[in-house]
Amino acid sequence: MIYGYAWDTSSPLAYAVSILPILAIGLVVTLKAAVSGFVVALVLGLIWYLLRRTRIRAVAWSTALLVEFIRDTPLLVQLFFLYYVLPDYGVVLPALVTGVLALGLQYSAYTAEVYRGGFGAVPRGQWEAAIALNLSRYRIYRDIVIPQAVPRIMPAMGNYAVSMLKETPVLSVVTVLDMLNLANMIGDRTFEYLIPLSLVGVIFPIMTTLCSVGIHLLERILPRDGIALR
Amino acid sequence: MTGPLIEFRDVGKRFDRLTVLDRFCFTVQQGEKVSLIGPSGSGKSTVLRILMTLEPFQEGTLTLGGISYHQPHGRGPFKASERHLREVRRNVGMVFQSFNLFPHMTALRNIVEAPMAVLGLGREEAESRALELLRLVGLLDKKDHFPAQLSGGQQQRVAIARAMAMRPRVLLFDEPTSALDPELVGEVLGVIRMLAHEHDLTMLLVTHEMRFAREISDRVCFFDSGQIVEQGSPDRIFAEPAHPRTRAFLKSVLAESRTA
Amino acid sequence: MSLAQEILAMAKGAEMTAIVAIGSTLIGAVLAFAFGIARVEGGRLLSWLALIYIEFMRGTPLLVKLFWLYYALPLVGVSLDPFTTGIVGLSLNIGAYGAEVVRGGLQSVATAQREAARALNFPRRHTLLHILLPQAVVEMMPAFGNLAIQNLKDTALVSLISIADLTFRAQQIRNLTLAGARVYSMTLVGYFVMSLLVAALMRFLEIRARRGAAFAHSAHG
Repeated sequence: MIYGYAWDTSSPLAYAVSILPILAIGLVVTLKAAVSGFVVALVLGLIWYLLRRTRIRAVAWSTALLVEFIRDTPLLVQLFFLYYVLPDYGVVLPALVTGVLALGLQYSAYTAEVYRGGFGAVPRGQWEAAIALNLSRYRIYRDIVIPQAVPRIMPAMGNYAVSMLKETPVLSVVTVLDMLNLANMIGDRTFEYLIPLSLVGVIFPIMTTLCSVGIHLLERILPRDGIALR
Repeated sequence: MTGPLIEFRDVGKRFDRLTVLDRFCFTVQQGEKVSLIGPSGSGKSTVLRILMTLEPFQEGTLTLGGISYHQPHGRGPFKASERHLREVRRNVGMVFQSFNLFPHMTALRNIVEAPMAVLGLGREEAESRALELLRLVGLLDKKDHFPAQLSGGQQQRVAIARAMAMRPRVLLFDEPTSALDPELVGEVLGVIRMLAHEHDLTMLLVTHEMRFAREISDRVCFFDSGQIVEQGSPDRIFAEPAHPRTRAFLKSVLAESRTA
Repeated sequence: MSLAQEILAMAKGAEMTAIVAIGSTLIGAVLAFAFGIARVEGGRLLSWLALIYIEFMRGTPLLVKLFWLYYALPLVGVSLDPFTTGIVGLSLNIGAYGAEVVRGGLQSVATAQREAARALNFPRRHTLLHILLPQAVVEMMPAFGNLAIQNLKDTALVSLISIADLTFRAQQIRNLTLAGARVYSMTLVGYFVMSLLVAALMRFLEIRARRGAAFAHSAHG
C-alpha cells in the first residue's frame, strides 16, 4: 500500500492496471518538475547570454567559463551538490525545488547557446534599419529583434524541453516522488519490478512523442519571419 | 542659411589597422543632391554609415544641422551617449542596399512603427501619413502585404517611404538599386527622382547608376582610397573628368554597362 | 579519512568512470554505425527495426533503462553484474543517439555521389565503405564529440546501480566526512577535466578524419 492505494497481484495485467493510478501521481510530479525546471532554464540561460554579451570583459569571460563548466559536468553531481551543500549554508529547500533548480541550471547552459544562435541569426541589417529609424534600444529589442528571434529559438528550445523531461527521473535519487521513484517503491514492496519499471519505460516514449508532435505543430503555426506584437 | 548642413572636418576612420578615411573633409549644403561614385571599398558607403551613426570614427569632427557628433566635452576617440546619438539621428534617414524591411510587419506597419514609437504620433496620424507616402511610391494597394510578398523593387519603395515617414532633413541612399534585378531598377529610380524634386530635402546617393547620378545630382564626388579625388557638377565630371583616376573609373564602368 | 585518502579514493572512482565511459562509447559507436547504416541502407525490415530501436531508446530516460536492466531483467532470468549492466545500458542509450548522427551524415552525402557510384557500377558494399562513409564520417565528428561528452556525463548514473565510479566514491566520502562542498566541488572539477580531455581527443580525431578524407581524395583523383 502506498497512500491508500492498493494493488492486485493476481495477474500481470491486473497488477499493471492497479498500479497505474499510483504512477499517475508520479507523472504529475514529473511534469511539474520538467515544466518548472525548463522555466528556470529559460530565465537563467537568458541571464548567461546577456552577461556574456556585456562589454566588461571579466564578466563576459567568467560567465562563459561558468556556462562551459555547467555544460560539461553531470546533472546528478550538480543535483547532489545542491541537495547536500546548500543546507550546510543554511539554505534548506524541499527536494523537488532543489531538483527543479538542478535541472534548470544544467539546461541553462544549453538554452544560453540557443539564445545566442537565435539572436545572432537576426540579420545585422535589421538592427541598422531600426537604428536608422531612431528607435530606442528597448523598442529595437521589443519590436524588431525579439519577435524575429523567437521563431528561430523555438524548435531548439522544444527539443531541450523534451530532453529535460527525460532527465527528470534523476530527481528520484534525492527523494522526489516522481514516477520512477514510485515504480521503484512498488517494486520494493511486491518484489516485482518488471511491470512497474516497464510501464515507466513505455509512458516516457509516449510523452516525448506527444511533446515532439506538439512542437512540430507549434513550429508550423508560428510565422517563420517573426511575430509582430499587437 | 549660415554654413553647410553637413560638415566632415578631418574625419579619420579605421577598421582595426585598415584606414578607411584619413583626414576626410566634405561639406553639403541644405537641399543639395550629391552623388558619391567610385570603386567599391573606396569609402563612400562608410561616409553614409558614419552620418547615420552606424559606424564610430576615431578622429576629427562631424557636424550635422549644428549638432556636433562629438560629446560636448568629449576627448579622445568618438564616444557619444545614446541620447546624443538619438538627437543626431533625428535629422537623418537611410535607405539600404538590401532594403532591411522588418519581415514580420506589413508594409504599412513598417512605415508607422517609428513615427509612433519615436515621434510619438497617434496611430491615426501615423497611418494617414504612411498611406500618403505609400500612394506617393505607388504601393497603396500593397499596404497589408508582408515584405516576403513584395518584389525587390516594391520592398525598396516601401523602405524609402519608411525613411521619409520620419521627415528627415537628410536622406541617405546606400546603393539602393544594387540588389535589384535589372528590370526592377527603374521603378526605384523613379521614386528617388521624384524625391529629388523636393527642394529642402538633402540627398546623398551612393550609386553605380552613372546616368541616373548625372541626371539628378547637383554635384558628383568621385571617391578613391578614402579620398574625394574630384568633385564638381555632373556634366563636368562625366563629360570632362580632370583626374586620370576618374577617367579610368568612368571608362571601366561605361565599358561594363555596355557589355552587360 | 585524510585528504590524501579522499583524493586516492576519488582517483580510483575516476578510473572506473573512465573505463565505463570509454567502454560504452566504443560499443555505442559500433551500435551507432550498425543501426545508422541499417536505417539508410538496410532493406525495409532492417530499416524499420533500426527505427524502433532508435526511437525507443531515445524516448526513454537512461536511468529508467538502467534500473530496468538492473532490477527488472533478473526477474525474467537474465542476471547481469552491475558493471555489465552499466556498460550495456549506456551503450544502448548513446548508440541510439549516435545512429541518428550516422543516418544524418549518410543522408547528407550528395545524391550526385550515389549516382556516380551507381553509374560506375560499384557494388553497394563498396559504395558504402569507400564512397559514402569516408565523406560522411568527417561531417559526423562534431556531433560525435558532443555525444561522447554527453555519455561521459551520463556515466554518473551508474553510481546508482552500485558501480564504484567517481560519483559513487563522492557519495561515500560525503557520507563519511559530511564535507559536501569540498567533495562535490572536487567531483565536478574531475568531470570537467575529463570532459575537456574528451573534447580535445575528439577535436584531434576530427582533424585526423579531415586530413584522412583529403588524403583519400587526392589519392583517388
